[in-house]
Amino acid sequence: MSDLDPLDPLLIAEDWRSHGRSVAIATVIATWGSAPRAAGSHLVVDQDGNFEGSVSGGCVEGAVIAEAQDVILTGQSKMLEFGVADETAWRVGLSCGGTIRVYLERLG
Amino acid sequence: MDLTSLHALNIARKGRHAAVVVTDLDAGGERVILEGETVAGNLGDHVAEAFRSGKAAAVDVAGCHLFLNVYLPPPRIVVIGAVHISQALARMAPLVGYDLTIIDPRTAFATPERFADVDLVADWPEDVLGRRPLDAYTALVAVTHDPKIDDFPLTDALRKNCFYVGALGSRKTHAKRVERLSGQGLDQQAIMRIAAPIGLDIGAATPQEIALAILAQIVQAFRRRDIVTAA
Repeated sequence: MSDLDPLDPLLIAEDWRSHGRSVAIATVIATWGSAPRAAGSHLVVDQDGNFEGSVSGGCVEGAVIAEAQDVILTGQSKMLEFGVADETAWRVGLSCGGTIRVYLERLG
Repeated sequence: MDLTSLHALNIARKGRHAAVVVTDLDAGGERVILEGETVAGNLGDHVAEAFRSGKAAAVDVAGCHLFLNVYLPPPRIVVIGAVHISQALARMAPLVGYDLTIIDPRTAFATPERFADVDLVADWPEDVLGRRPLDAYTALVAVTHDPKIDDFPLTDALRKNCFYVGALGSRKTHAKRVERLSGQGLDQQAIMRIAAPIGLDIGAATPQEIALAILAQIVQAFRRRDIVTAA
């Protein structure tokens, strides 16, 4: 018996991949200050930009999904950082004022 | 991440086994470690700490930048007794993110009318817990007052190391219970783990308030379980 959420991102990633879709997994590695999603949280993305899960309260998901396309193409893992001191962060708006580091990798 | 690793991780999670995934952030690649596996050296200490705290962390081991992600089974509550308190508990538990199952062999109590949309099993705990075993991520709440129904699941919960074991009843009732359980070969230290009288002491008077006191005590036991293990 399993009581995992059917929308569990890691179950979805496995399902997508085994159906031939290309998938990247984003994981929150560290947070500083106020951040809505704890370290270890996942967001999974496919080659068409479909995604499930979250790495923030919706502030930086767009940027992560865009970067994921690159990771899916090259297979090169990436470390992304978003925060108030970061120019990108102003653009994507981490409204809570914290900083987060996100690891992006391709699912092999 | 390798699809084989993800598959192994998902199998563990579906089977309610705790797992840690160690990812090498520089070189890439990962290793899935199940709870109970021994891991040597410095990494072993970090892995043990991750299982205890349930918190993901980036660590440096022998010059490698590693990320340890922890996947603990979602905590759940098994209630013995389809009583008034259980009706309130069944409504509150999902709000806090706990799955809940109620077991009671007394078919007068365990009726679908009294427990709409609740995972309710009208059978003896001995039979149900054989099919659906307790584990370390389960809280056991015994509220029937009847030793014939409560004693087996209480003993089983202590043996399976449930993170919370609570039993309804006055101090006098509990003293008798302690005597019976001692007679069944349980040691005092295990018996001391039973929360009785059940629930945080908030002066609860109604069944709903008692349910709240029990739920708060379960959350406390889960969130502070690392301190309990360390003691």
